[in-house]
Amino acid sequence: MTCLETLQAYAFRSLGYGERLLPRSDFTLCDQFVLIGSGLLWNIYFGLLAIVAGFFFANALAVAKTSARPWLRRPANGFIFVFRGSPLFIQFFFAYFLFLSLKSVSPVFNLLSSAWMGALIVLFLNTSAYSAQIFYGALCSIPKGDIEAADAYGMSGWVRFRRIMWPTAMRLAWPAYTNEAIFLFHATTLVFFSGFPAWRQQGDALYYANYFADKTFNPFVPYPILAFYFILLTLVVITVFGGINSYLNRHLPRDRRQKVKVRPQLIR
Amino acid sequence: MRPAIFSFCSDPASLDTVRWLTCYLSTGKHMAFYMSFATVLLLLAITAPLALAFGFGGAIAARAQFAPLAWLGKGYIAIVRGVPDIAFFLFFVIALDQGVEWLRHQVKCPDWDEPIRQGNDFIVCSVAKMPLNSAPQWMHEIYGFTLAVLTFAIVFGAFAANVLYGAMRAVPRAQVETAEAYGMNRHQSFWRVLVPQMWLYALPGLSNLWMVLIKATPLLFLLGVEDIVYWARELGGSKTPQFTDYPHPDWRMWYFLALLIFYLAFTKLSEVVLDRITRRLSYGQATVAGAAQRKGRGKGPGTGSGNEKTEGTPA
Amino acid sequence: MKSLLLGSAALAMTASFALADTVRLGTEGAYPPYNFINDAGEVDGFERELGDELCKRAELTCEWVTNDWDSIIPNLLSGNYDTIIAGMSITAEREEIVDFTQGYTPPSPSAYAAMSADVDLEGGIVAAQTATIQANHVVSTGATIVEYPTPDETVAAVNAGEADAVLADKDFLEPIVSSTEMMFVGEDVMLGDGIGMAFRESDAELRGKFDAAIASMKEDGTLNDLIVKWEVGGTW
Repeated sequence: MTCLETLQAYAFRSLGYGERLLPRSDFTLCDQFVLIGSGLLWNIYFGLLAIVAGFFFANALAVAKTSARPWLRRPANGFIFVFRGSPLFIQFFFAYFLFLSLKSVSPVFNLLSSAWMGALIVLFLNTSAYSAQIFYGALCSIPKGDIEAADAYGMSGWVRFRRIMWPTAMRLAWPAYTNEAIFLFHATTLVFFSGFPAWRQQGDALYYANYFADKTFNPFVPYPILAFYFILLTLVVITVFGGINSYLNRHLPRDRRQKVKVRPQLIR
Repeated sequence: MRPAIFSFCSDPASLDTVRWLTCYLSTGKHMAFYMSFATVLLLLAITAPLALAFGFGGAIAARAQFAPLAWLGKGYIAIVRGVPDIAFFLFFVIALDQGVEWLRHQVKCPDWDEPIRQGNDFIVCSVAKMPLNSAPQWMHEIYGFTLAVLTFAIVFGAFAANVLYGAMRAVPRAQVETAEAYGMNRHQSFWRVLVPQMWLYALPGLSNLWMVLIKATPLLFLLGVEDIVYWARELGGSKTPQFTDYPHPDWRMWYFLALLIFYLAFTKLSEVVLDRITRRLSYGQATVAGAAQRKGRGKGPGTGSGNEKTEGTPA
Repeated sequence: MKSLLLGSAALAMTASFALADTVRLGTEGAYPPYNFINDAGEVDGFERELGDELCKRAELTCEWVTNDWDSIIPNLLSGNYDTIIAGMSITAEREEIVDFTQGYTPPSPSAYAAMSADVDLEGGIVAAQTATIQANHVVSTGATIVEYPTPDETVAAVNAGEADAVLADKDFLEPIVSSTEMMFVGEDVMLGDGIGMAFRESDAELRGKFDAAIASMKEDGTLNDLIVKWEVGGTW
């Protein structure tokens, strides 16, 4: 097979299109690049949807955490503590167990035990907890002056939150949030590695890297390929989030704008 | 003849629930499970300072004026951090092991004429083996543990390097300028002014890193260490009566629940301790938290919520 | 006569390898009855007894090491142990990378186990352990494969209804089928050429010793006794 044919046969193998049988012998570099790249689609899917959905939930959680009302604050605190305090590896394990038992209760829950739904929910909850902590920190560090100014303009309640507090908090939180996004993408490699089984040999990038490492008995080719893809993915995330960051800071004088500095604030 | 701690454990099938559980939970296998908690804690205790050392080295390299050294430092930080830690763990330990043995081979067997790579095999002379094949099993285990510690330290060292690099730049420029005005040279002002002050700025990031390190330990089994996850899986899996005196269905749920509680408790403990350290370090520092302390109100930034504040301060 | 020959060969070898290193035997420890961790936390099972006996016959000092199935071959190649004795089927794929001894169990059947007798083995969902010959087989039957990292989880998946059936070595499924509601379904499948010990290709000498010891155990019937004792399928 030429590399082009490999590309046609396996580019979307991870989604179930193309050649059914994975390559069995004579593994070329091209095979490995194409299939691991194909698996990366899953990592992107998980990462992207969890980030987008998690963003909204995290905001709600962060606001709940700042609330003076205990019935709002306590559940938010508890949720954030459990999801930030335990390894994702173990969260996946429990979720899969829970989803399986739910499935026997009612067929409504059938979808949950498949990775594309179940694992997405776990990643969504996990990233929500981490992001909520970041947003909470940001809400707490809004300069007092900003809020006093808003009060002076007669703003209060929802209007003050939407127009003053929230935008400022996002601006403050964004560099840390960028890190969270990067590490969420890294965390997606755990999906098929712990808990969720791979169906019809459709898995993520790590699943295929594992497949090749197992077939060729040589870990030194597939895993560095995987690493290469993830470095690219990380660069894309930094670029996109950097773009959003400069949008958030567009009103500030140039020298006061924060650059997105990628710092390991939050991984799991 | 299985060694049993309690004398009544000789015939488990006949016991009532409480005694059965007592016997079950004190099998040799469970002892190994309990020991593995100690292994994890020991690994954390050794890895943390080592990673900090790697991080310090990486940060200094990244700041170096000698360009290739700076590239090396920055490359280390960027590459290791861009890759998911699992991917790294899956091939790095074998690479590290082969690297160590290759080095020993060069030193100990200089006149070896066969190739080291024969087909798929990696062969070094037998005295270069690490540890020697004749070494007792515990030496092999310690070596495996050491490799795991090194791998963890290299990965987390890159994260620490990034935190420290940021912290060194966060120390107000005026502090260093003052040091220079006092006639300190570059070396002196770095070690006597910059480094002592840097820790405060680095602490939120480092405490977060510690939390992350705790939560990376379930991946230890990838590095060939029989850790708590390995034993929880092994003990929890369903057991048929042929191969054990204590048959049971799939109990992995309960074992993982124990792990969950362990991790939550350890996280909580770490939060409390790190909070104290932060408060102590903020004392007398020219930061918001330090100022608040002087006025006798509020506490320093907590580990969880405070880090974003440093992050939010333009460096 | 063969064992006589072996005796003298072993003697000659001990003479030249008076200071021979410990031989490290790598196994998985999660595949009863072949190998598993017993209540005391030690490697136990058919292969434990077999390996100890082989070492005795080859006059070698042996040490047991457990390793994850996924990386069991890379770690052998890299020299972390000297042989794999872990219920590993002899296949052409593996022969390219490592060298096997003669099989110490006859080619053994793999079997499907399920919760009910009427499952569709060709169109249904079949669970198998990742990177096994069974997983390869399921892919080629056209059934939907679902892969789990450990043998335990494949069985758990059938129990939970995730998969319709599990394909695994019959010897592994036997005790499970006899003590739970699961049952064997469909025809047995013959996969692989029996189970053997795997060695690095450059380690022909050590392989020769074990090969000879296996032959001598076949000869005097002790191997059959072990097979019967641990119920690992057919005898020689």
